Amino acid sequence: MPVQLNRGIILVSLVLLEITACNPFIQANQDDHISSPQHRDSVADSTKLIPVETFSSDYFPCSDCHSEIPLNPQRRELVEMHDDIVFDHDSENRWCLACHNESNRDSLVLAGGKLLGFNESYKLCGQCHGPKIRDWKLGIHGKRTGQWNGQKQYLLCVHCHDPHSPKFKKLQPMPPPRRPEDIKIDSIYEREEKDSTSP
Amino acid sequence: MNMHLKEFIIGSIKLLFQGSKAYWAWVSTLLILIAIGIVSYYGQAANGLITTSMRDQVSWGFYIGNFTFMVGIAAAAIMLVIPAYIYNWKPIKEIVILGELLAISAIVMCLLFILVDMGHPERFWHMIPGIGKLRLGQSILAWDSLALTFYLILNFIIVSHILFRAFRIKDYSRKYVIPLILLSVPAGIAIHTITAFLYNGIAARPFWNSAILAPKFLASAFCSGPAIMIILFQVLRKTTKLQIENRAIWTLAELMAYTMFFNLFLTGAEIFKEVYSNTEHRVFTEYLYFGIEGHNKIVPFGWLAIIFDVIAFVLFLVPKTRKNFITLNIGAVLIYLGVYIEKGIGLIIPGFTPDVLGEIYEYFPSTTEILVTVGIFSTGFLIYTLMLKVAVPIILGEFNYKKAQ
Amino acid sequence: MKWMAVGTASIAGLSLLSSCDSDKREAFFQDQFKELDENELKAVLERLERGYKKEYNADIEVNATAPMDHVLFGYGLDLSKCIGCRRCVYACVEENNQSRNPEVHWIKVLEMEKDKGADLLHSDVYYNPEQVPEEGHFYMPVQCQQCKNAPCVKVCPVEATWTEPDGIVVVDYDWCLGCRNCMSACPYGARKFNWASPEIPQEEINIHTEYLGNRPRAKGVVEKCTFCIQRVRQGLYPACVEICPVGSRKFGNLLDEQSEIRTIMKNKRVFILKEELNTQPKFYYFYGT
Repeated sequence: MPVQLNRGIILVSLVLLEITACNPFIQANQDDHISSPQHRDSVADSTKLIPVETFSSDYFPCSDCHSEIPLNPQRRELVEMHDDIVFDHDSENRWCLACHNESNRDSLVLAGGKLLGFNESYKLCGQCHGPKIRDWKLGIHGKRTGQWNGQKQYLLCVHCHDPHSPKFKKLQPMPPPRRPEDIKIDSIYEREEKDSTSP
Repeated sequence: MNMHLKEFIIGSIKLLFQGSKAYWAWVSTLLILIAIGIVSYYGQAANGLITTSMRDQVSWGFYIGNFTFMVGIAAAAIMLVIPAYIYNWKPIKEIVILGELLAISAIVMCLLFILVDMGHPERFWHMIPGIGKLRLGQSILAWDSLALTFYLILNFIIVSHILFRAFRIKDYSRKYVIPLILLSVPAGIAIHTITAFLYNGIAARPFWNSAILAPKFLASAFCSGPAIMIILFQVLRKTTKLQIENRAIWTLAELMAYTMFFNLFLTGAEIFKEVYSNTEHRVFTEYLYFGIEGHNKIVPFGWLAIIFDVIAFVLFLVPKTRKNFITLNIGAVLIYLGVYIEKGIGLIIPGFTPDVLGEIYEYFPSTTEILVTVGIFSTGFLIYTLMLKVAVPIILGEFNYKKAQ
Repeated sequence: MKWMAVGTASIAGLSLLSSCDSDKREAFFQDQFKELDENELKAVLERLERGYKKEYNADIEVNATAPMDHVLFGYGLDLSKCIGCRRCVYACVEENNQSRNPEVHWIKVLEMEKDKGADLLHSDVYYNPEQVPEEGHFYMPVQCQQCKNAPCVKVCPVEATWTEPDGIVVVDYDWCLGCRNCMSACPYGARKFNWASPEIPQEEINIHTEYLGNRPRAKGVVEKCTFCIQRVRQGLYPACVEICPVGSRKFGNLLDEQSEIRTIMKNKRVFILKEELNTQPKFYYFYGT
């Protein structure tokens, strides 16, 4: 693999870590191919989902705990577990079970009742976010890395958007450029005193 | 011809070393200033153009401003040419040579200003057609380099021919000289028009992208170039036996008055367009005359140029002040300074401020730039002085092949 | 030719000729990139690599990759997404061996007010809040637009800059005079000048370079964004596209109807900067949402 690609993936992973640092979320993914028949991109066959780290092996498979816990479909504030999740995603009208399948927590559930693996979570998002999912399939929305004329890596919605609290947190910007009046000959003399590699 | 060439050269060199105390004081001062310029330039060559105040936002500055002004001075030589040779107007005839020598010195200074402004002056050979790759297709700068070279060579040939013939106590050959001089008129106009096009054609800088820039350049050139001549003639009248009629000087001053009027008219037209149309492009003119958001380093210069121009215009227009040598000289100095500011600081800096993305960087020449410029001006003065040291005795008939033996 | 110039050049030339360093002599007389034949080009690249090894003590490789056929690069920038974090600016600096001191940035991010819209005159490139995006503001990065009708190419007196067949406007750093006519002609402020010798920290040098792209430059020459020519001609995305955390940067082949950029142009409302100047950039801004 060319060095640039390696660097690219390292950069992407670092960035992802940065964004997700405060936004833990769950994804599970054993299968890493996306099939998107509507995708008219000529490289549709070579698209590939980035394999995602599961949030933590503590949580998946969810049925480890939930097969034993009796179902309580009553909307409430969770206190014993998952109390660290801040839910702010149309919370007026929905709560956990709007997306997480009641009977088996290893699946997500679409509005019509169809079950979904976590690796296809984008279909769930797409139910409400129509224009976004269309743009995403065309490559207009969301980030792609890899080759502009070959294999690309796509990201799932949940790679960037925490499904429980999707609003992006702000970032600290990198430093502004130096003002031209601050670019002086003195700084050149300074650096020549240091051990530098400039010719 | 060759038989007297050796005497001409040796005689000329001898002349250069003969002079009054004033001459030596002048030459020594110039040499010292040139040395200072060279030392400053060395610092710039070693460290890069960072020693200037130019940065990405204002990528041309004092050097290019001086270049533009000196091209105007060079072009102004032809203002003397037209009445002298074409109409054989005696009062001006002998002294046209002095104007052409000024043109040569000015072009040399232009070349020097370009060389010191370049990041890689040693790569200038890339511009030589055939050896390098001169892009005559669309690059105005490419055409400018050719035009300036052509004008330099042309003037050099004309002047050398006339002076060498005079050295041999022969009249210059009208057959050769008149066509060349006729050619030098469009050549002179061409060099300054092409230099104006250099700015005019840049759509990215609305301050320059104005059709009247070429006529304005010519007008301001024709009123500033002769200013040096006016003062010079008075100096030469006093220091040598050269006879220059008052009439010649006064006519020059009158022509300058009319060209200054045209220059002021065009400036007024530009200001009208900015103020009346009132688009965002007026911000550059605003920076020059009023400053923007507290940035007002060049506002005094903007106004000084206009004030100098107007005063000089009046002084030259009114016959009484034109003919009075005190007011005449004040006018000459003012006109020179006024146009110098207009074409230097008043042209280059507002073109870049604010920059294309709206940023304001206030440029003002650095010490290096000023010292190198002083060095180059001194070089020009020195070259002119040395050429005059040979030319004036030839014109007076004091230096010819008989006396050189 | 101008006699003083000839004199200066002769002195320079003579002193170079008399110096025993044949590399320096060859560098002085090197022809413009497009004039070099295969053998000359190979010699030039090898000489450059030798020189870089000496200067930077790193095994910098210099390639001269040919453009791909049937490719015209285009760039899309989604203004609804950019948050002004400037990660693109610094990724570019690293990828393209830009000088750290004096600082050279090929990308400028402009902060603008939402209710005023895109207004370059009142934009701010030096914004530095604690966090971005700032309330009521949006961000517009600007870099070389790789214009089809590039004014910089038009004005260069020696053809040190030209448009390659794949649409990238390139600079031959060894042919550039440093006259900066191109800088005054560029309406987007895309071209940068090396006012002093560039400084690149040893450990951050990118050793995979292109002659016309990211190889280390000398003082006194102009440089600018090349759409990461060293990456895109290998089929990779530019560094700025890869690093952007919000996916606001899109890139592809304008001649491929199925490419992302063509899809954007078909479905979104793209616009270009300063279109009245007829520069015909290949950098399209749009609002994704």
